[in-house]
Amino acid sequence: MYAQMVKSEATDEDPAKLAAFQARIDAGERIEPKDWMPEGYRKTLIRQIGQHAHSEIVGQLPEGNWITRAPTLERKAILLAKVQDEAGHGLYLYCAAETLGISRDELTEQLLSGKMKYSSIFNYPTLSWADIGAVGWLVDGAAIMNQVPLQRTSFGPYSRAMIRICKEESFHQRQGYDLIRKMAEGTPEQKAMAQDALNRFWYPSLMMFGPSDKDSVHSTQSMAWKIKINTNDELRQKFVDQTVPQAEFLGLTIPDEHLKWNEDKGGYDFSEPDWNEFYEVLKGNGPCNADRMEARTRAWRDGEWVRDGLMAHARKQTSRRVAAE
Amino acid sequence: MSSEWPLWEVFIRGQHGLNHRHVGSLHAPDAELAIRHARDVYTRRNEGVSIWVVPSAQITASAPSEKGPLFEPANDKVYRHPTFYDIPDEVGHM
Amino acid sequence: MAPSLSDVMTPDAAALAAAQKGEGRAPLKAGSPEHDLFTGLTRLGDNCLILGHRVSEWCGHAPVLEEDIALANMALDLIGQTQLWLGLAGEVEGRGRDADALAFRRDGWDFHNILLVERPNGDFGQTLMRQFLFDAWHAPMLKALEGSSDDRIAAIAQKAGKEVAYHIERSADLVIRLGDGTEESHARMQAALEALWGYAGEAFIADAVDTRLAEAGLMPAPESLRATFDETVNAVFAEAALTRPESDFAHKGGKQGRHSEHMGHLLTDMQWLQRAYPDAKW
Repeated sequence: MYAQMVKSEATDEDPAKLAAFQARIDAGERIEPKDWMPEGYRKTLIRQIGQHAHSEIVGQLPEGNWITRAPTLERKAILLAKVQDEAGHGLYLYCAAETLGISRDELTEQLLSGKMKYSSIFNYPTLSWADIGAVGWLVDGAAIMNQVPLQRTSFGPYSRAMIRICKEESFHQRQGYDLIRKMAEGTPEQKAMAQDALNRFWYPSLMMFGPSDKDSVHSTQSMAWKIKINTNDELRQKFVDQTVPQAEFLGLTIPDEHLKWNEDKGGYDFSEPDWNEFYEVLKGNGPCNADRMEARTRAWRDGEWVRDGLMAHARKQTSRRVAAE
Repeated sequence: MSSEWPLWEVFIRGQHGLNHRHVGSLHAPDAELAIRHARDVYTRRNEGVSIWVVPSAQITASAPSEKGPLFEPANDKVYRHPTFYDIPDEVGHM
Repeated sequence: MAPSLSDVMTPDAAALAAAQKGEGRAPLKAGSPEHDLFTGLTRLGDNCLILGHRVSEWCGHAPVLEEDIALANMALDLIGQTQLWLGLAGEVEGRGRDADALAFRRDGWDFHNILLVERPNGDFGQTLMRQFLFDAWHAPMLKALEGSSDDRIAAIAQKAGKEVAYHIERSADLVIRLGDGTEESHARMQAALEALWGYAGEAFIADAVDTRLAEAGLMPAPESLRATFDETVNAVFAEAALTRPESDFAHKGGKQGRHSEHMGHLLTDMQWLQRAYPDAKW
């Protein structure tokens, strides 16, 4: 998911307070920034929301890679609007994280220093126009699986950000499917691009949900806090079950020879992604990790004079106003 | 000099004349730019016809610990709600 | 839709449809009123297209998130305007080319944008200054076009005018703020102005096509917009503490299809898919 492998922080606070806090969550109440909360809850949320926000911002890059090459004016506008939405979603999420007592600049610095992570998926390259379809269809499709239940997460600002994001994202997956459908029904070259995109994005998309968390202590805590709503495996299964028929409709083949409908469980059996690859990508060894960080670092450093210049002007204006009064 | 732009809370009034509603926050060096950013960030889908921005630092919020004393007294004032009163059907809509 | 009688009876319905759209019709004759109008419209559309393309290059790379979003909004406005102007140009031409055909299948020498808009993005200051100089021409241009003798032109100008009113407000304000910001931001804005000023004048230089379009009441005479432009930029530069370069020397050629080296790279990027897979639908 956009927030993968988020470790929940241990908490050692007054058991009575903790119990009351848990009771509020169990009762379906929203926790608001000024409410008392366990330190572990706060820190885990900062990590999770921050990682989610970083993923949106870094996620602009692989799709942004094709804005200047979009093949029609309409496709260009759609893609630009979509990548712009991702900037907006990053912004909403950073604001939600900021209510927990960390600034956006601090979060940014932690991303650039490598202290904070973003989703593994954005370290894969977009190599053909069909990839833009695959990203919308598969990557946004996988993200939505997670984001829809997160609208009910216990932390108020996070929940409200997710509601807004889900509303805006509703067109993202559809435009991706529409795009790849045009490719799949197009010329032999287009069809080949569509299949190739699916081949390359299938397993990285499955990795987005993170490794199996059946036995993870962290997941149990996060689920009790309602900052994680479903297990990774539940969401992955749901994603596969939803996506297979969509691929069949396109006449594309999911690159998994073991993919098979399992009547008993009412879902597909499918192959696990290569988890070694996943851990390598998280460690920085994905195909695009270095490029992504370089792009974000350059934007941040090159933009410093603009941010400072605008702030300086605002300060001057204030002092001029004060002097005039 | 490197200092972060202050945070602003954004309120938007939609097409239908309802109250301004809090929609989120953003960063801006001053009020004027905050309005412009709000236009660009929060009205991309035609959501509003009027924008208010307020420095987040200027918002005074009620304390969560006072939630009981502040809001519970209103709980038993049931007579303030129209459903408290029985009006016979024959009287018609009221 | 059920096939019409002619579709059933004609062996090659596609060819007939193409002929009805005007495909294969001879190019417009240079100097004819249709050709003039077509040229004028591609000038408007190409300016929007090329500038929109340049601005879209920023997506994901801007100095701050709020600005990233604002730049994308501007690029989206410009792409939308491109669709309108080039759509009308294709209609006027009557040879079956739509806005996409004009944007993605013309060669560099058939593009008629001013050189200013194809300048590379440079730093944020250069992008901003390019935008401001363009907006300071674009806003009065659209205002004048609202009075065009051609209703279609007037309608597009009216719609685009609202968007551009916001663009100029934004770019002017940011030029002032950064001109009067830190020492560094001031120096960068002054450098941007000096680098780009030589490209600001082309829009005001008339050629024979412009003159005939103005005489027909279709588009304003380019030089008639200069006074408003000067007034805008002088006021903004004064407030921004920027010094207007002394020489008004103007690079030109873009409007006639003689572009800078940058243009070829931009088009290579932009047109690649359509050129590489001409039979594909997207």
